[in-house]
Amino acid sequence: MDLHFTSDEPTADEREAVDALLGPPESSWRGGARDPHADTRHVDGGRAVRELRHLLLPALHALQGRRGWISPGGLNYVSARLGVPPADTYGVASFYGMFSTTERPPTVVHVCDDVACAPRGAEALCAELERRCGPAGSSQDGRATWQRSPCLGLCERGPAAFVQQAGAGREDQSLAPASADALEAVLRGREVPERPGTGSVPQAGSPELRLLTRVDVADPASLDDYRAHGGYRALRRALQVGPAEVLRELHDSKLAGRGGAAFPAGVKWKAVAEAPARPHYLICNADESEPGTFKDRVLMEQDPFAVVEAMTIAGYAVGAERGFLYVRGEYPEATRRLAHAIGQARQRGFLGANVLERDFSFEIEIRRGAGAYICGEETALMESIEGKRGEPRNKPPFPVHVGLFGKPTAINNVETLVNVLEVIAHGGDAFAGRGTAASTGTKLFCLSGCIEKPGVYEVHFGATLGELIALGGGVRDGRPLQAVLLGGAAGVFVGPAELDMPLTLEGARERGATLGSGVVLVFDDHVDLKPILARIAAFFRDESCGQCVPCRVGTVRQEEALARLLAGGADEARERALLAELEQVMKDASICGLGQTASGAIQSAIRRLGMFGGRA
Amino acid sequence: MTHAVPIAPPRRLVELEIDGQKVKTREGSTLLETLRAHGQDQPTLCHIENLTPVNVCRVCVVEVEGARTLVPSCSRKAEPGMKVKTDSERVRHSRKLVFELLASSVDLSLVDARTRGFMAKYGVDPERFGPRAQPAAANQRDAAKPGHHHHPQPGLAATVAQPVKVDNDLYVRDYSRCILCYKCVEACGEDAQNTFAIAVAGRGFDARISTEANVPLTDSACVYCGNCIGVCPTGALMFKSEHDLRARGEWHESRQTVTRTVCPYCGVGCNLELHVQDNRIVKATSPLDHDVTRGHLCIKGRFGWEHVQPAARPARETDSTEKEPQP
Repeated sequence: MDLHFTSDEPTADEREAVDALLGPPESSWRGGARDPHADTRHVDGGRAVRELRHLLLPALHALQGRRGWISPGGLNYVSARLGVPPADTYGVASFYGMFSTTERPPTVVHVCDDVACAPRGAEALCAELERRCGPAGSSQDGRATWQRSPCLGLCERGPAAFVQQAGAGREDQSLAPASADALEAVLRGREVPERPGTGSVPQAGSPELRLLTRVDVADPASLDDYRAHGGYRALRRALQVGPAEVLRELHDSKLAGRGGAAFPAGVKWKAVAEAPARPHYLICNADESEPGTFKDRVLMEQDPFAVVEAMTIAGYAVGAERGFLYVRGEYPEATRRLAHAIGQARQRGFLGANVLERDFSFEIEIRRGAGAYICGEETALMESIEGKRGEPRNKPPFPVHVGLFGKPTAINNVETLVNVLEVIAHGGDAFAGRGTAASTGTKLFCLSGCIEKPGVYEVHFGATLGELIALGGGVRDGRPLQAVLLGGAAGVFVGPAELDMPLTLEGARERGATLGSGVVLVFDDHVDLKPILARIAAFFRDESCGQCVPCRVGTVRQEEALARLLAGGADEARERALLAELEQVMKDASICGLGQTASGAIQSAIRRLGMFGGRA
Repeated sequence: MTHAVPIAPPRRLVELEIDGQKVKTREGSTLLETLRAHGQDQPTLCHIENLTPVNVCRVCVVEVEGARTLVPSCSRKAEPGMKVKTDSERVRHSRKLVFELLASSVDLSLVDARTRGFMAKYGVDPERFGPRAQPAAANQRDAAKPGHHHHPQPGLAATVAQPVKVDNDLYVRDYSRCILCYKCVEACGEDAQNTFAIAVAGRGFDARISTEANVPLTDSACVYCGNCIGVCPTGALMFKSEHDLRARGEWHESRQTVTRTVCPYCGVGCNLELHVQDNRIVKATSPLDHDVTRGHLCIKGRFGWEHVQPAARPARETDSTEKEPQP
């Protein structure tokens, strides 16, 4: 492709950061030094260049991580290296929240002000930070700034913050719970140690656990410890019985996907395994971004080898030799631990060519997200891996037929994959024996907000909402319950009268609710739900990819209508009717689940909690 | 590039039901093609025959029995036994709302008569979202950061209104009229020109068509083929000649004739449609149904017609550097 560039040149730093990822450039056509002799005798382009595009996000991360922003010169260099038109690269870079295409300080503190951190003092923290260090977006010395952020997935330890730190050798880090003192220290350039994230699973060590057995028990950095606690038993069994038997066990288990859509994993895997096109791909969707969700992060941080083992089994069953692990960009610790686990597994023959000396090869590549909720949508995630804007694809065709790079792809959430270990190690029938007939196995729930002991809880499907809240120690300080947000921003509010709701897929569905990604966000009677609703409306407006009209403009109009209601004095019946009309078009005509669920929480607040004069 | 030469085996017919009527269509046809073949036109904005469907505008949605959501007829293939409704309550609601959402945020005053007809049919009332917010300053929307929240202006409906971008002599970009149909990006890129000068940048309501880092077109990869203008459904991309005439109130389509001819420059044989007003060419388009061009042209065919008309070059008269030859 004949690319055109502006005259902006990369700095030496930028070249070095990109070259560290891609190696030195081959020719001046690919951003190297000019050599009149060699340049005229060089064949360039075609498939070899086109196939580099999937490295675009990693390359942009390299630039962002080095200088703290993606300069026009850096953008030109990455475009030249990968053969991507600069306008396209700009379109991609300007899509993701963690990338900046304008100059900004190298240290950026993202302070969560989302629904789960709000009842834990996020507003007070932002106010204090503003008092001490100036308003969001300002910088006192040009070296650090702070800004508000959507949910960072650290809800059990809220209020949370995430720090992007650019410069050679500097790494991003999470801070939770975040105090004004700690954040001020970071903003003034001091090092603040990242606290280890233990204590996220209050049930840790209990013999009843199936998915969380190793959390706080086995060393997440030790492959030997993993094996000593039952690790790699499932993979050995899978390799022994063969892919067909793995698929059969999975089918018998009736395991439903845990990412929110509850699609039967066995059906998905079988379809990919049988798809004639080659190669097949496997993706682990670890782009957990639903506000109030943090279970996948805890699994990845505390039991990274389980994710690696489960992906290996999945690759074996569906006939994939390459798996992608797409981790949320705001999860630096999980990314580090997974990278370590993958390295260890490869070294010991659990990954790579001839896994456990069998005729099966499997490699896992980690891909880091860059701040886009929409990339949790499976087809948006595939676009993102391919180096594009995270815009969902129209379905059909479905990913099992036309997925990553246009090939059959199995894509599963972290929790779903970890369940597979249980299915293979103990058999599909044993798995199906737990839970209810339609919702088999155990489920992880993310308890946060006004709860005594926030954290990830594992219960058999069938426990009621009230039982789960009791397991978490009840509402904080023994206060009365006002409402629970089930399933996150894309979920629904339920009132105290619904504590008897069984937390099963069918139980929630019967009540017009959803378990979604397992969010149980508790609000006591002190919380003003109005700003919570405003935050949810703002969230969807900010996170819509902008591709289809119902969602791109509908989320804006929804936020405006809600703002009129919150300001008071509006004709409530008229605004409720308008919101209902917007809900209908977003549900019916949006391309993907984001738009289709963007009204759910607000509508449930009106219809189930009776806000703004609504009442069921 | 040419019409299909019938060497492939004939495609099978599939039978489906549209609004209660059994119809047959060729296997592989989209629902939109099927509907149009049976005389039922559907509203479309982001669809055009010479580009790959992107199904983003959602005005062509129809209801398919058994599907949870409505489906875009422009890209969904007809399947045997499908039961399609094109005028159900849900379909009418979504089409009305999509038009309203667009018309309340974008200037749709230059859409074609067909689209205006559909808007009237569905009873579109964009004003019900409230009075419009003030237009953005030049380049303000281009500086929006993904994920950065703008609080709604109290009581006002956000729009994409902004000043027109005029950075070259051939065409202007009036993004107040942009509905983000992706057509210009497709025409600039893979579907026609392979120049890739523009892409969608930003996210959500702040998404916009942009060159790299919003540089002027003159610094970008643009080759001024104008194929983006040819596919733009809302007049957001416009010949500068047309833009200037409109600004002076001198654009009169009723006084224009369209003459089809062959481009005189090279041997390809692209067809041109010359739009003439008051004996002057005011713009050039290319017929969608022509074998060679499929609606696309190059800079010469698109803009290179100034030499055939009497000069209107006031600059020449005042050009002081040009001297009369000395006797």
